[in-house]
Amino acid sequence: MRERALLLLALGLLVAADVLLPRVLNPYYLTILSRIGVAVLAAVSLQLVNGFTGQFSIGHAGFMAVGAYVSAAVSVHAGAAWLAAWADALPAWALRACYFPVPLLAGGAAAALAGLAVGIPALRLRGDYLAIATLGFGEIIRIAILNVDAVGGARGLSLSAPAHPGLDLRYEGLGAMYGVVALSVAVISRLVYSTGGLAFRAVREDETAAESVGIATTRVKVEAFVVSSFFAGVAGALFAHSEGYIHTNSFSFLRSFEIVVFVVLGGLGSITGAILAAALLTAAPELLRGLGEWRMILYSVLLIATMLLRPQGLFGQREFVPGWLRSRREAPRAAARG
Amino acid sequence: MENFLQQLLNGITWGGIYALIALGYTMVYGVLKLINFAHGDVYMVGAMTGYYLAHAAGFAAHPSLYGLAVTLLVSMAVCGALGATIERVAYRPLRLRGAGRLAPLITAIGVSLLLENTGQLVFGADPKFFPALVESRELVSLGGISLSNVQAVVLATALALMAGLEFVVMRTRFGRAIRAVSFDAPAAALMGVPVDRVILGTFVLGSALAAAAGILVGLSNPKIDPLMGIMPGIKAFVAAVLGGIGNIPGAMAGGLLLGVIETLVAGYLSSTYRDAIAFVVLIAILLLRPTGLFGAPQTEKV
Repeated sequence: MRERALLLLALGLLVAADVLLPRVLNPYYLTILSRIGVAVLAAVSLQLVNGFTGQFSIGHAGFMAVGAYVSAAVSVHAGAAWLAAWADALPAWALRACYFPVPLLAGGAAAALAGLAVGIPALRLRGDYLAIATLGFGEIIRIAILNVDAVGGARGLSLSAPAHPGLDLRYEGLGAMYGVVALSVAVISRLVYSTGGLAFRAVREDETAAESVGIATTRVKVEAFVVSSFFAGVAGALFAHSEGYIHTNSFSFLRSFEIVVFVVLGGLGSITGAILAAALLTAAPELLRGLGEWRMILYSVLLIATMLLRPQGLFGQREFVPGWLRSRREAPRAAARG
Repeated sequence: MENFLQQLLNGITWGGIYALIALGYTMVYGVLKLINFAHGDVYMVGAMTGYYLAHAAGFAAHPSLYGLAVTLLVSMAVCGALGATIERVAYRPLRLRGAGRLAPLITAIGVSLLLENTGQLVFGADPKFFPALVESRELVSLGGISLSNVQAVVLATALALMAGLEFVVMRTRFGRAIRAVSFDAPAAALMGVPVDRVILGTFVLGSALAAAAGILVGLSNPKIDPLMGIMPGIKAFVAAVLGGIGNIPGAMAGGLLLGVIETLVAGYLSSTYRDAIAFVVLIAILLLRPTGLFGAPQTEKV
């Protein structure tokens, strides 16, 4: 009963946020908040591979790029026409609500496929070689997209349909985005803390031992990689639809490094750590804006200093789950994990 | 055919620069098992140091080999000191605390960001033009293939530095210590090798080579800016992996190979794929021969 009430309350808050925030906040804050949402989802999805399965991927931005470009292409080439065709049949908000999941799922599915194609060969490699291969794949994906003229190539891709000038394909409300981010984070954490999810952590702790108790390690690794890519794709789709314009420069290896920084700084193997680090590090350059030219220097110094002071990351492998969020069934286990 | 040989020559010159940067990656990886992502930015600082020195000392106005040599040496010294500082401040404290291998990777990214952003503040974000320390003219022209004296200087310097490194690593006590530490650091420590000093020395050597690469790139490709280290840095790292990371002759061969492949692809296919080809080669090597061209296969102990 309590869970249901909480869920309703959360939904109400998200709808209120969706309607109210764009009216009261100026676009600058809206952009920062939506970038935080994207960063959180990217970080949590990478945490599944890097933190829980113990593999080291540094090409996550490539999968975000796939999600962003496929979702944007769906919206521009097909979605705009559908929205225009149904415009008279349904009220605008209902139409948008119905269409909202379409590009996200398309982007996520495309990224998951890309993750499967990259994961099967790459995950045979171990340690640093795996990291280097993912870096290479991420860059190949980015440069390949750069050379596809149908999605704008070097000009980038703008989310507008020339045939339907009045139509806005962007999501302005934050509620819908944060709803998707919260749902995805919930799915990932239920996955890794489920009984089946023990396989991920077993592979992380000791691959040989995991194999000896009958875990198909390569299969588990590929599964983690595909699920992680799916949510990276969703993050990319959210990014594309909240920014309204995408360019491959946003998905270079520097972006991948940034996501790795979120994961390691938050604590490898901590979902709450990844969320906190992603939010803090995305907001930090903006909060430091008063310092003018010095802000990025201070940002880098803070990054180095935090890592020197807490090499295990902010949270280590611990999670922080407030009591009201724990279901009764889960509470004793979470307490035992401490 | 002439065109091909000309491209090959250009590729080798460019590859020599990659090789110099790749050596720094591979040596640091050898002793620390750390991918030093800040290395590309040390190369940028090398080029910038050369730019300011050449203007301050008047070498820019009167090109001479003497001016080039002084610029090269001073810049190598400055970057050697920078490399040592980075190791002392960002990596050694983590090593002493026994932090895993990932924390230093993040401080490396932090140092890289720090150098780039400080570079943009100090040097300005707009590109600068590296002074021509050698007056460009054609040195040899043979059957349609021409070698400019700039290319000759770049190649000769790169080769001389690599030969010098080979001498240091193979023939000196310090070089033996480097090899011992990269073979087995704890065992080397037990044999009385001062591991921390050797690591520091490795950083100094690698950073000095990166500085030399920065000067040479300034000569052959004069546009320099604070973010110039990002792409060559990552490509030189690919070159190091090509040759087998941790392997010194491998880094030299990998750098030359990557330079040649890139130049040929840019010349014959399309320059937009120039950046992608490095990574395609990387993936191919990793899947076919994960330890690189020169790397020995490793068996994992259980």
